[in-house]
Amino acid sequence: MEKYAVYVPRLVKKQENFAPGHRACIGCGEALAVRMAFKALGNNVIVANATGCMEIVASQLPFSTWQLPWIHTLFENPAAVASGIEAAYKAMRRKGVELPENTKVVAIGGDGATSDIGLQAISGALERGHDFTYICFDNEAYMNTGIQRSSATPFGAVTTTSPAGKKSFGQFSWKKNMPEIAAAHNIPYVATATHGYPFDLMAKVRKAVDTPGPAYVHILSVCPTGWRSPADTINRQSRLAVQTGMFPLYEVENGVYKMSIDLPRLRPITDYLKGQGRFRHLSDDVIAQIQKRVKLEYQKLLEKAKYGSKTTKRKSRARTK
Amino acid sequence: MAKSEGEMTWKDLEIGAIVVAPGSARQYESGTWRSQRPTYDFTRCIKCGLCALYCPEGCINQNEDGYFEADLFYCKGCGVCARECWPRVIKMVEEVE
Amino acid sequence: MVTRVGIEVSIALADAVKLANPDVVAAYPITPQTHIVEHLAELVANGELDAEYIPVESEHSAMSACLGSAAAGARTFTATASQGLALMNEVVYVAAPMRLPIVMAVANRALSAPLSIWCDHSDMMSVRDTGWIQIIAENGQQCVDNIICAFRIAEDRRVLLPVMVHLDGFNLTHVIEPIIFPEQEKVDKFLPRNRFPLPLNPDKPVAMGDFAPPVIFTETKWAHEVAIRNSQKVVHEIWNEYHTAFGRQYHPVEKYHSDSAKVLIMTMGAVGETASVAIDEMRAEGMDIGQIRLRLWRPFPFKELREAAKDADILIVMDRSISYGGPGGPVASEVKSAFYSQAKKPKIVSYVISLGGRDTTVSDFKGIVKKSIEIAEKGSRNEYEIYGVRE
Repeated sequence: MEKYAVYVPRLVKKQENFAPGHRACIGCGEALAVRMAFKALGNNVIVANATGCMEIVASQLPFSTWQLPWIHTLFENPAAVASGIEAAYKAMRRKGVELPENTKVVAIGGDGATSDIGLQAISGALERGHDFTYICFDNEAYMNTGIQRSSATPFGAVTTTSPAGKKSFGQFSWKKNMPEIAAAHNIPYVATATHGYPFDLMAKVRKAVDTPGPAYVHILSVCPTGWRSPADTINRQSRLAVQTGMFPLYEVENGVYKMSIDLPRLRPITDYLKGQGRFRHLSDDVIAQIQKRVKLEYQKLLEKAKYGSKTTKRKSRARTK
Repeated sequence: MAKSEGEMTWKDLEIGAIVVAPGSARQYESGTWRSQRPTYDFTRCIKCGLCALYCPEGCINQNEDGYFEADLFYCKGCGVCARECWPRVIKMVEEVE
Repeated sequence: MVTRVGIEVSIALADAVKLANPDVVAAYPITPQTHIVEHLAELVANGELDAEYIPVESEHSAMSACLGSAAAGARTFTATASQGLALMNEVVYVAAPMRLPIVMAVANRALSAPLSIWCDHSDMMSVRDTGWIQIIAENGQQCVDNIICAFRIAEDRRVLLPVMVHLDGFNLTHVIEPIIFPEQEKVDKFLPRNRFPLPLNPDKPVAMGDFAPPVIFTETKWAHEVAIRNSQKVVHEIWNEYHTAFGRQYHPVEKYHSDSAKVLIMTMGAVGETASVAIDEMRAEGMDIGQIRLRLWRPFPFKELREAAKDADILIVMDRSISYGGPGGPVASEVKSAFYSQAKKPKIVSYVISLGGRDTTVSDFKGIVKKSIEIAEKGSRNEYEIYGVRE
């Protein structure tokens, strides 16, 4: 049987640093994404966590799901707390304090903590150039408090604070493009990932943490409870988000865009929308609007990536001359 | 853990309510949540481990024969493993208590 | 050989921080604390202070960065005032129960609205209940000494609580005073490395900041309360040690001609030094009056206050902030509550003075004392008095 043996166990560490016994919903995509991300990182990491789903399900006094050094303080500040930890380690190392080598600092937060309330702290930490990684686990609403809209909620989605009714069709604004905001800070590495493509996610998280300086990873995490979709389809939803162009997978390394997956043709977004109850109410008009905008945004991204690949080709040609 | 949180006094708490036992949540039996459970036909299993990778709980481990099986102490019965298993080893059945 | 230097108090405070050798300084500028953070930046840039200087993008992030830094086991400092303190309010509340030894200098300044850059204690009162140890300085020397003591107090294993040192904005921060700086080697001996016992370290993982359901929340709060109460004796111990090492002694309640005086004025902060001049003049005229100055605001020194005022018939408490619609002077209301249970208590008169930087002069103090004695005898329609409002 050795010929067919063990694909995942060979590629992925066995240790669960986000241990089972946590209180996430049945089929939680965010818990899955967190688990995968930390499998890629190992033990030499300090985690600063924002208030949110992953913090609440994992840290009920007197227990903890985390097997890593972990600190939670408030909602909007993991980036600032991570800045403090990074600076402390730097100063203490300089002063000769015994510390493990190469410890990495990772700040994690949900979409609300990242693109809304925590935007300022992230912007500050990215601008100051601390050697840390910020990972946003995006389930597209304030799920922990009961599915309220955030600026990361997609256009047309129903949440409790953007309900569909006679006078409204749900979320009225387009999803805030947080990876672009991070990239605008000129940081060395930005990436998007999702748990439906686990090896891509793990490679990107590893790369982000290994890159010196600030890095940002945005991970789409399916929430079956909030998205009103069946619990066992979380990975399917996540893959459809990518394949329809709703959530493109790409990296930005020092300003150069690179697509992670080559999609010759995008699937129609109805494939993605129909599996989720939060889009069930949408009229054909609104769906057409969304389709048009998704195609447009995807095209813009492809342009950037094309330009990016041209410049890298130019660079490599220059080198070989 | 000797005392439950209902029995702990203020003196039992660590300073700043810091938790010094990493992974102590492992004692929580999240398996009581499920309404369906995974069943296995291991003759089809090729030991790829994808189910273990995709489990949101992280409770799937290899048994003595090397086949991947969910730890029912934690398994919440989400069915993601059954969905991802492409040789169709896993079938979710209703949990009968 | 003692050298006394004439130096601006903000700069002196920053130099005192340098003597304490912190690892991380998080800084966001706000009047009137700017000179402190500016001088610290200079010291770091010149290599005179080996610390990571984090120029954060808001005070909320300043205190959050301090949380991270202290949790990682580093000696941490920040400074702020008024609006900054209000902005970081939720983080200040988090630091104390998490037992993180952060030291913060607060250049007291009035809280908006209306905007005022000048001194009063409304910002101090906004963090009254946060559970930090709070020390008040009245002059530059006290600032320097108490900043050094603050690091020692905060990091002491029996305490492990964050410490705030309050100094009056402008009245202290921007004045030049004669200051004796302790020598670096002596400070190094007084302030050895005292690392947080359970820091964030991959070799020994801990989880900080779990949420607490009702079944256990009260216990966490009581643990904090016991810690801050027990810290008072450690504060005294450290102040005594400071006296042995450097020659200056501090007490939770400082007395000025207060023993057996029948009338006492109580002040907090730099305004107390003006009041002292008034006390001298009134005593020269034959009045039996003294002054007590509160140095330790939290934990509140109930025993020492009761002892200091045990012979007084009238205690006039000066406040520099108003608790609107309520008891008026917050300090006075605490003093009243300290004496409520006592068999013998002085008549307590609450006076609000010097809001938003308005000066209270020596003659103003004399007027206040005269009026207070009248009020103590005849009573007043008001819960508290306010001095100098133009009607």
